[in-house]
Amino acid sequence: MAITNPIHKLLGKSPIKPLQEHMTEVVKCAELLESFFDASFANDWGHAEAVYDRICESENRADDLKKQLRLHLPKSFFMPVSRTDLLELLSVQDHIANSARDVAGLMLGRKIMVPAAISTLWMEFLKGAIATTQQALVAINELDELLETGFSGQEINFVEKMIEELDQLEQITDHFERQIREQLFNLESELPPVNVMFLYKIIETIGDLADNAERVGGRLQLLLAR
Amino acid sequence: MTIIAEHGFLLLSLACLFGFFMAWGIGANDVANAMGTSVGSRALTVKQAIMIAIVFEFLGAYLAGGEVTSTIRKGIIDPTALTGNPELLVFGMLAALLAAGTWLFIASLKGWPVSTTHSIVGAIVGFAAVGISVDAVHWAKVGKIVASWVVSPVLAGVLSYALFKSVQALILNHSDPFTRAKRFIPFYMFAVGFLMAMVTMLKGLKHVFKDADFNMSFGECALYAAGVGILVAIIGGYFLSRVKEDPDADRDNRFASVERVFGVLMVFTACSMAFAHGSNDVANAVGPLAAIVGVLKTGVIAGKTAMPSWILLIGGGGIVLGLATYGFRVMATIGRKITELTPSRGFAAELGAAGTVVLASATGLPISTTHTLVGAVLGVGFARGIAAINLNVVSTIFMSWLITLPAGAGLSILFFYILKAIFGA
Repeated sequence: MAITNPIHKLLGKSPIKPLQEHMTEVVKCAELLESFFDASFANDWGHAEAVYDRICESENRADDLKKQLRLHLPKSFFMPVSRTDLLELLSVQDHIANSARDVAGLMLGRKIMVPAAISTLWMEFLKGAIATTQQALVAINELDELLETGFSGQEINFVEKMIEELDQLEQITDHFERQIREQLFNLESELPPVNVMFLYKIIETIGDLADNAERVGGRLQLLLAR
Repeated sequence: MTIIAEHGFLLLSLACLFGFFMAWGIGANDVANAMGTSVGSRALTVKQAIMIAIVFEFLGAYLAGGEVTSTIRKGIIDPTALTGNPELLVFGMLAALLAAGTWLFIASLKGWPVSTTHSIVGAIVGFAAVGISVDAVHWAKVGKIVASWVVSPVLAGVLSYALFKSVQALILNHSDPFTRAKRFIPFYMFAVGFLMAMVTMLKGLKHVFKDADFNMSFGECALYAAGVGILVAIIGGYFLSRVKEDPDADRDNRFASVERVFGVLMVFTACSMAFAHGSNDVANAVGPLAAIVGVLKTGVIAGKTAMPSWILLIGGGGIVLGLATYGFRVMATIGRKITELTPSRGFAAELGAAGTVVLASATGLPISTTHTLVGAVLGVGFARGIAAINLNVVSTIFMSWLITLPAGAGLSILFFYILKAIFGA
């Protein structure tokens, strides 16, 4: 006899755990950029390439998680959060992984050297962007507690505070981004022009890491607000 | 008349056999639906769930199952249409039992979510309307029963929604939910004890002490029930005091310890669920059997005959055997699958469903425990308490509803004519 139970069938698989796993993998991509740039500053492109491969691995895993989550979120699911918001959140998270891979890819493809004069500021800028994505993960990890309280009460305030912190971190990163553009502008006449163009592009993409991390917080707020 | 005299013993044996088969099916499959959430949320082990099911199913059937049994037995069919040939009622009820049992067996093989209640009601209406005459059916009563099938999941949903909202307001939305949980959960335990005691005293004891002059006013009942509720809350309070906070588990999820407090509550709601299920669903097996025994013993269709207690024993025994032979395995499988309902939600769904079922039992309405529980889970979902609910299941259940009624009716008509032909009536 087939053992089927309507109550079991009624309860769909929760999308929250996979969403958190996806974000964890995404943040791993961003965090790896630190050792990637360490290697590139040391002109050790062999090691940089190894790190790039690890970034791609994590990005692929995140892609798989994304696809699985999309497949297991049929329209017939009735959830405490809107399905559209959830899928949007997922795709914003995914952008972070893509940006991280693009940064490493652009650098590696042209073996671009960041000018020594701005390398300290560069690393601070990068760490700021990574910290922003990490804070976004902290907020996403609150989703199971939010579900537990039925998206109400103290827990909402708690998460709101986390999102505020996230916004502050993004502002700090923004500030670094402006500084680094300014310094690069002062140096650009002495550098190979094509590389400079790409450096601007890379700075922008690192900025995207933080921007998208902030948007994760924004999407999370939308989930709460239904 | 001669048929009953000639084949009385054979008919009685058949009735007991079919009734036992039906009860076995309820124990094997249906009970697991009612108790699975408790096992899945890790509030109970399979063994504990089986023990609770055995005790409280039986108590529910014995103390609060009388009204539904009498509805199944003599509420759906108009006895006056059968005065001339009481043997038709015997054949019909035999056919209904066999039809419902067969249909449930087919459905289990196919994995359809059918309800015992719907198949037995469909089967009884079927043989009565086609085999006897359309007027033999109490259509007003049948209409009421069908309406209750719509109302019961909705009511359970509203109740469990309110229960979960109250848990949010009293416990989850505060900075120290663990202490709040310990303080407020005894009140829910009180509700469980009060509910069961109230229904037992208002409706059940009349059936149990039929001869003794048993009369209690509503107020007296409420007073005694409150006493039982307080007793249950005190017992629960003792078990609650033994739950300690677990900082290791809380690091991962800050509500892990709170859920363990709710786990204690869920033991109590599981008891109420088994009680409710026993009070309503055992009648599906016992009701037709009681009708047959009534005719065979007196030779006429009597409006009011005492139901011998051995019939209930057959029902209870069948359920226990079903649990022991097959329900054990079903419960273990289902328990492994239903892990998405944590105790704080599982209790709200179970208590909402149990309250609705017990209410229906008191009014003599045969409803489906499983469907009621589905409604209750939806109610918690509307309170934003459940991560994902698959609404497809709701339409599948609705479809199985629509198919079960004619299928149960058709099978029972078929068996009715076969039985009539065999016994040469």
